[in-house]
Amino acid sequence: MSGEPEIHEEFEARLKACAGRPAAATGVGRDPVNEPMIRHWCEAMGDTNPAYRGPDAIAPPTMLQAWTMAGLSRRPERAAAYDELLTLLDASGHEAVVATDCEQEYLRPLRPGDRVTYDSVIESVSERKTTRLGTGYFVTTRTDVRANGEPAGTHRFRILKYAPAHRPDPPREKRPRPVVNRDNAGFWAGVARHELLIQRCCGCARLRFPWLPGCNDCGCPDWDTVAARGTGTVYSWVVMHHPSFPAFDPPYAVGLIELAEGVRIVGDLVGVEHERVRIGMPVRLEFRRFDEELVLPVFRGVAP
Amino acid sequence: MKAGDRLPPLEIPVTRTLIVAGAIASRDYQDVHHDPDAARRKGSPDVFMNILTTNGLVGRYITDHFGARAELRRVAIRLGAPNHPGDTLVLTGTVEEVDGDLATVRVTGANGIGTHVTGTVTVRVPA
Repeated sequence: MSGEPEIHEEFEARLKACAGRPAAATGVGRDPVNEPMIRHWCEAMGDTNPAYRGPDAIAPPTMLQAWTMAGLSRRPERAAAYDELLTLLDASGHEAVVATDCEQEYLRPLRPGDRVTYDSVIESVSERKTTRLGTGYFVTTRTDVRANGEPAGTHRFRILKYAPAHRPDPPREKRPRPVVNRDNAGFWAGVARHELLIQRCCGCARLRFPWLPGCNDCGCPDWDTVAARGTGTVYSWVVMHHPSFPAFDPPYAVGLIELAEGVRIVGDLVGVEHERVRIGMPVRLEFRRFDEELVLPVFRGVAP
Repeated sequence: MKAGDRLPPLEIPVTRTLIVAGAIASRDYQDVHHDPDAARRKGSPDVFMNILTTNGLVGRYITDHFGARAELRRVAIRLGAPNHPGDTLVLTGTVEEVDGDLATVRVTGANGIGTHVTGTVTVRVPA
């Protein structure tokens, strides 16, 4: 489907110039007024009015426009100006159409056998309007209908030619950013390289996570890192239903993962329905990109 | 017949059959009145009733009430909320003005999502 059409002043001027020009010059109804079409109409409408049956039958007056419709084949009598207007609108992306107004006056009843002719004029083309369906133009035509050459009725019709509104998903909020500081910068640098780094104390060799400036066991401030192998199990988990945050799509499971190295880390549980998460479920580390700036470690449930 | 008279409401189930039958009876082959996929591509959740069918139903509502001798003189309608399959259209009417044997009736048709149609009908009701 096309995007929002570009509208130029010249384009609008060409639309306006169509007003007052003929929409159809002496069209001829495809069929004379006839009993089968009247019966089909009455059946569809559930209209049991006896005036529309029998030897003195008239056609339901509200059928006025039906006698001028082309049916499945293209209207051969359509005038150049109307074609030009519709082509302009189609070509500019306003290819959809919906009727909005119909005003009919009935001057004399139509009866089976009447030959229908009509003339149609473009009365007006509106300014560009934005509606629930999309943005477009209201086009009003007036059609004078004759039966056997006598005026039988007038029919004013308004359509909206529009570019269907896109219904894109609302832009997603971004996830909260991690707070990166002097003590944990090394961890986030690892994540950026798709490595989950665990701190190791240079004094007692104990592994620790999350990152801290010193060892809780021996107090040694020196450390290096080891990269997690990427396997682990669900130590515990929660399913978030409420409250919902803009960047998240509840319900979803958040796991406390015990890595094979023995430390625990909190992360999204992916690839498994939240109601199928269980304590002890094996998981595998993955890195998922959430936007241009944010990559996070997540844990994929592995079928046992 | 006097100004202020209310017509009994007419409830019309909006079936897919009614939508398609009305479109075809009025020789209206716009795809949005019979092809749900095409309707969705054009921004609508499903097919919807064409204006000619609504016009026919408004005419029927008036002649059902005033009888076979009533003559429709003018029907002017404006569409609002579309009639999709599964909905119900409820037509109501109030006589606004009486001038001799001519009555002007204000018609409103409501469906589950809002006002489908508002309109004015002028009808001659021979004494």
